[in-house]
Amino acid sequence: MHNNCMEQTRNEMLMQIREYNFSIIELALYLDTHPEDKKALCLHKEYCKSLKDLEDKYQKVYGPLTIKYPCNKWRWLEEPWPWEGDAN
Amino acid sequence: MWTYSKKLEYPVNIKCPDPRLAKVIISQYGGPDGELAASLRYLSQRFGMPDQNAKAILNDIGTEELAHLEMVGSIVHQLTKGASIEEIEKAGLAPYYTDHGVDVYPQSAAGVPFTAAYIACKGDPIANLQEDLAAEQKARATYEKLIDLCRDNPDVIDPLRFLREREVVHFQRFGEALRGVQDKLANRKFYMNNDCNVKPATDNNDCGCGN
Ligand SMILES: [Fe+2]
Repeated sequence: MHNNCMEQTRNEMLMQIREYNFSIIELALYLDTHPEDKKALCLHKEYCKSLKDLEDKYQKVYGPLTIKYPCNKWRWLEEPWPWEGDAN
Repeated sequence: MWTYSKKLEYPVNIKCPDPRLAKVIISQYGGPDGELAASLRYLSQRFGMPDQNAKAILNDIGTEELAHLEMVGSIVHQLTKGASIEEIEKAGLAPYYTDHGVDVYPQSAAGVPFTAAYIACKGDPIANLQEDLAAEQKARATYEKLIDLCRDNPDVIDPLRFLREREVVHFQRFGEALRGVQDKLANRKFYMNNDCNVKPATDNNDCGCGN
């Protein structure tokens, strides 16, 4: 039960990370051809900050999302890989 | 360079494996209009772009296509995971299984292995961006055909819809980049040949003098 609960929070957090990540990609492509758009730039800034905060929180509990996250033991191997499904 | 991020751009969670669908979806992995061709096309063409916008858009869309390659690979993997030998045979995957087992191998739906002949780097930014616009439309059309073929499996349709939608956005952005490059090339012509009677070498590069 406890595990299920953890898993659910993990998935919810990961979904939110994916959402910020996607919004940043979408805004970056838009800004590549509309670099003067102040509103888009502002949104991009906001989402970058939200993503960073959320990723920091996530990685502390569930382990690294990239190899650029320092750990006391090699936690990169602990979580399932994203192509395996369910874990996404 | 790139840093791997341990998540998919959009989730893939397929509850019912179906090797029949893997057999056709593999085309968006290593087929003529697939994600491997897309990423290599843009990441190779970016070196020759004349302005910052075009370099950036090819770099950034090329990078997103790598994430799509991973999504398509995940779909194919999950569709074949745990399939019995009977299911593989029934899906018409016996020839594939012979050479690749259930690994994810870059090939088209018809079994043609991936080839660099699917992409072009023409040494001409206008020609390259026009190719990219066509490539995005062909990828969109392929996803629509796949969505038709996967009509009974909502877990497969969901990520395919996302991927289709991205092709529409990429097409839009490439169109904007192309306009920028055309303007730049036209301007350059204008400054280089102040005499408007000098005919441009090709009709493609309007000298910008309005005649
Ligand atoms: Fe695309």
